[in-house]
Amino acid sequence: MEYLSIFFQEVYKILFLLVPVLVSVAMIVWLDRRVWAFVQKRQGPNVVGPFGLLQSLADALKYIFKEIIIPSSSNKVIFILAPIVTMTLALIAWAVIPFSATQVLADINVGILYLFAVSSLGVYGIIMGGWASNSKYPFLGAIRSAAQMVSYEVSIGVIIINVLLCVGSLNLNDIVIAQQNMWFVIPLFPMFVIFFISALAETNRPPFDLPEAEAELVAGYQTEYSGMMYAMFWLGEYANILLMCAMGAILFLGGWMSPIDIYPFTLVPSAIWLILKILLLFILFALVKAIVPRYRYDQLMRLGWKVFLPLSLIWVVLTASYLFYFELLPVN
Amino acid sequence: MIAHAIFFYTFSIIAVVSAIMVTASKNTVHSVFFLILDFISISCLFIMIGAEFLGMIMLIVYVGAVAVLFLFVVMMLNVAQQKNQWFAGQQSSKHIPVGLIISTLIFVEVIIVIGGWKYKPEIFDINNSIAQTSISNTHSLGQILYTDYIHVFQISGMILLVAMVGAIVLTFRQRSGLKRQSYIKQISRERTEGVEVLEVQSNKGVKIDD
Repeated sequence: MEYLSIFFQEVYKILFLLVPVLVSVAMIVWLDRRVWAFVQKRQGPNVVGPFGLLQSLADALKYIFKEIIIPSSSNKVIFILAPIVTMTLALIAWAVIPFSATQVLADINVGILYLFAVSSLGVYGIIMGGWASNSKYPFLGAIRSAAQMVSYEVSIGVIIINVLLCVGSLNLNDIVIAQQNMWFVIPLFPMFVIFFISALAETNRPPFDLPEAEAELVAGYQTEYSGMMYAMFWLGEYANILLMCAMGAILFLGGWMSPIDIYPFTLVPSAIWLILKILLLFILFALVKAIVPRYRYDQLMRLGWKVFLPLSLIWVVLTASYLFYFELLPVN
Repeated sequence: MIAHAIFFYTFSIIAVVSAIMVTASKNTVHSVFFLILDFISISCLFIMIGAEFLGMIMLIVYVGAVAVLFLFVVMMLNVAQQKNQWFAGQQSSKHIPVGLIISTLIFVEVIIVIGGWKYKPEIFDINNSIAQTSISNTHSLGQILYTDYIHVFQISGMILLVAMVGAIVLTFRQRSGLKRQSYIKQISRERTEGVEVLEVQSNKGVKIDD
């Protein structure tokens, strides 16, 4: 009986987190298309509902009623598993995101490592989908995506080390509280820029959307998918983008803390601040999509391995020596 | 404790079954996927005994990087088409005795280590250093690695670096006649050296290639 009540309490908490995340994923797709359209002087989706707000809902309904086509020569189990893996991994990472000092589903010691691990597992959904389709374009897309995500993960990991040097803890709440006096975006600004660009590459966003480059690969790993399975890939991708924005907000923009610690700002609930910061980063993501042309593949690899990795490693040495010299190291 | 036991047995059963399936499954790509499942359930077991740092590192390093490369190689070599005939082919049956000997050796070693740990715990002196302190296991790992065993740690890092450099040197071939993009060259081009205005006489043309 006791276990049962704990179980239901946890399920309630999880639903309270996941339902808003899913709704905001749908909204964020609309926002993405709107921003994209405004940069190009178009209207964007504006028909369904006020300002076209319900467009994503209409799209989701359309996907639900479409037929799921499974290619006869595909590896059926893995083919069906791939979108499920993508979606699940995009959602389970939200368990450790702190919305305030207390509002967090799982306040674990190694929160940032958990986020990093889950985002590095994200590549499996894409590889599985691309391979199981048993078709050339999806396979090429999957291979590209795997190489790209593994490369940019390395620089994200090194950037996280930079932040951890300043914090001295792997807990996400500790990372937020360590930014009480100054957000890490100020002392670590070059790292923030590199993190932002690596996050674009990690989530396969333009200008790094080579895995689904429609001019070369039709739709990359999603080519053979249809109906609800395609929608799950699509939702998982956007949930991953939101997650990367949340990670950026927590690591560099002070997470749930208000920008100025004085009276009218402290009244706003801290969850609102986190959401505003996520939205700010997401609008930047959307602007980049509208403005920048797609990279060539060798340029992408060069940027990851020859520019970002050495730069972030040098910055680790600089941060460590600075902290050591001025005796600012958080743990002794 | 019941919940703990249920989770422990679930994860360990998944780990053992997927480890068997790695060798038993016919399709090589499926083997790699079972290997990944094995890694994940073992990292869950790590987390269950309170070693959350090791569990996460296991996920990041093995599942996030090593297994991706495995999958990459297996998919690129297209070994999925060559069916893995377990205990069937003439070729593979020769390796079975060797495999059996090695696995027996590993089994005996594990038995010795676990038996010693259980019945003679004072040999391993785990109890005196970290187990009782209240600091998290990330901190205690860092303290042990970077203070007591710093030289061993550095040397192992060096060995990995040497292995990496060696692999690159062995496989790297300098090819001649390759056109590479040089950003400096592209940016530093001026109009005066890039453009030449020529008088073109009719019916004669000009030679532009040089």
